[in-house]
Amino acid sequence: MSKQIEHWGKTKSLLWITLIIWAFFAFIIHLFGTSLNGSFPGAYYMAGQGAQLAFVILTFWFASRQNKIDEEFGFSEDD
Amino acid sequence: MLRLGDNFISSLNKVYGIYTLGFLGFVILMAILEMAGVSNTIIGWLFVAFTVLIYALIGVLSRTMQSSQYYVAGREVPAVYNGMATAADWMSGASFIAMAGGIYLKGYPYMGFLVGWTGGYVLVASLIAPYLRKFGCYTVPDFIGTRYGGNLPRVCAVIILVVASFTYVTAQINGTGTVAARALQIPFEVGVWIGLAGILFCSMLGGMRAVTWTQVAQYIVLIIAYLIPVFWMSNKLGYGLIPHLAQFDAVSRVQELEGLLGVKELLPTAEAQAEAGKLAALKVGINDASATAMANWKFFTLVLCMMAGTASLPHVLMRYFTTASVKAARQSVGWSLLFICLLYLTAPALATFTKLSLLDPTVATSIIGKSISEVSSLEWIQQWSNVGFLKLVDGNGDGILQINEFFMRGDIVVLATPEMAGLPYVISGLVAAGGLAAAMSTADGLLLAIANALSHDLYYKVIDPKADTSRRLVVARVLLLFIGAAGAFVASLKLTSILGAVAWAFCFANSGLFFPLVLGVWWKRANKAGAVAGMIGGFGVGFWYLYMVQFGGMTPWYGIDGLRFGMIGMPVSLILMVVVSLMTEEPDQETQDMVDAIRVPKGKAVLAADH
Repeated sequence: MSKQIEHWGKTKSLLWITLIIWAFFAFIIHLFGTSLNGSFPGAYYMAGQGAQLAFVILTFWFASRQNKIDEEFGFSEDD
Repeated sequence: MLRLGDNFISSLNKVYGIYTLGFLGFVILMAILEMAGVSNTIIGWLFVAFTVLIYALIGVLSRTMQSSQYYVAGREVPAVYNGMATAADWMSGASFIAMAGGIYLKGYPYMGFLVGWTGGYVLVASLIAPYLRKFGCYTVPDFIGTRYGGNLPRVCAVIILVVASFTYVTAQINGTGTVAARALQIPFEVGVWIGLAGILFCSMLGGMRAVTWTQVAQYIVLIIAYLIPVFWMSNKLGYGLIPHLAQFDAVSRVQELEGLLGVKELLPTAEAQAEAGKLAALKVGINDASATAMANWKFFTLVLCMMAGTASLPHVLMRYFTTASVKAARQSVGWSLLFICLLYLTAPALATFTKLSLLDPTVATSIIGKSISEVSSLEWIQQWSNVGFLKLVDGNGDGILQINEFFMRGDIVVLATPEMAGLPYVISGLVAAGGLAAAMSTADGLLLAIANALSHDLYYKVIDPKADTSRRLVVARVLLLFIGAAGAFVASLKLTSILGAVAWAFCFANSGLFFPLVLGVWWKRANKAGAVAGMIGGFGVGFWYLYMVQFGGMTPWYGIDGLRFGMIGMPVSLILMVVVSLMTEEPDQETQDMVDAIRVPKGKAVLAADH
């Protein structure tokens, strides 16, 4: 049972890290839209491309990290 | 008769490779026919007929009488293909037809949709989808009903699912009607019913299995149709090979032009706007980031509502029930997002290049600053004003078209871009086929989500638990037929705009289902009473607020309008769920073990394979 508690603890920390990065690109960065705009249209970039690219990378990164955690505790599915 | 066999899964790359080449070949053939002088109407018909026939063929070949095939495509869809199917399931007529137009007309604030509709997938991957996959449910209410126990939570979830998905599906059938009417030159009401027939052909016989494989085919059509015109325009305007990289120079150029043409100063006169009715002139800058606290708040709330809605819409979540494993479900979310971004990252580029080709006086296709008589003799201006999509109103009577005298509907940016930019008609036919694919694929998924919830959760689990498989599947199909017909009927009434209906669906889903789903996995203490209170309270209060703001004449609180009413429903749902759960008994040991079991991928699913 303790193995399961430890596994869930690691899963939860991964979730928090993921959600913090997510919140940064989903909300926080867009609060500074006017300062991002200079000679390069930074606000337009973040809302129309930057955030989305970050989400794609974050999702794949999350999937691989979570799979590693599952494997570490022997909780992954047997193939 | 022919049927997709077991070896179909192992030869997917080959099958869809040939299909993609075949489709490109078809486009080239149409281009040759156009050069040979075949009329535009015939090319439009051929595009729609050819693609819809292929989808229907896949639908018929995938027919099945096994419940696990019908409900979850046999749980054998590879992660990448499920990603493509989810992308098609997800990207609706609103994404395909309306999004670029929204960015064009409403500027930066509208880009909140782009952020919200992509970032939601981070929540899907991390909070919900893999756990529901491990659970082994057929439908979303199946999870709610088993996790919280008893018929009441199940029925609440079914009701929320039906309301949210039905709101959404009417918008999609409306979209198929619009595109079919344009491409085939038939009345909108007839287009709606033709669209519905195509949708039902894809899903009736094979359920989720058929929908999966038609959605992959539809994704390929819609992404080709969306990308080609944008690449073409970027190169034609001389900004560069890849529009996604080249668009930023174009944005700077548009900002320069905004100053020259007076985009934000020159607003339409009241009389001109009255004459143009619901059509809109360009009134905002392309890159005016939120500068006030209110603007930031509106961006934030829109993003949050769309994200939480993404993570609670059943037709999206149920796509992840079809993968072979929990691991594959997680990866599949990444693939979905990647395939979605292929289109979403193109939408702002499309809006920007369209703006440039209309505004920039150094570009041959520009119309602003030219004489009204010259502009109104353009073929595309005439065609689209005939169907009421655009209007020129000479507000100051000087005979020159100013920025505040050109009124249009946002949808035109995608649908008319090929004509505006002077591309051959074959591209317009391709775009029509793509728009139809986008609306049909989403409608498929939604209709199936509704019919499955009613047949599996309401009929089988609540009304007649002894029904055998074949009876359940017959019930599912009959329901599909009736719900489809009801959707088409409501769509033909044209109650609200496509986008309005879509945003409502997201808020219905997040008000009622987001917290019961998330806390069902992440908080063991969540119990039946809490979940029921959360669902009824969140959904009920959200519904009430929408009604008051939309029809009751209430002033929205703090800028929370009808697009964002999840901001009211979600907190109510969370608070009620936590408070009521804590006030009542904690869930029994069996339920707590169930939660432990779904938290690890290893081991048997909670629900048997053929429950």
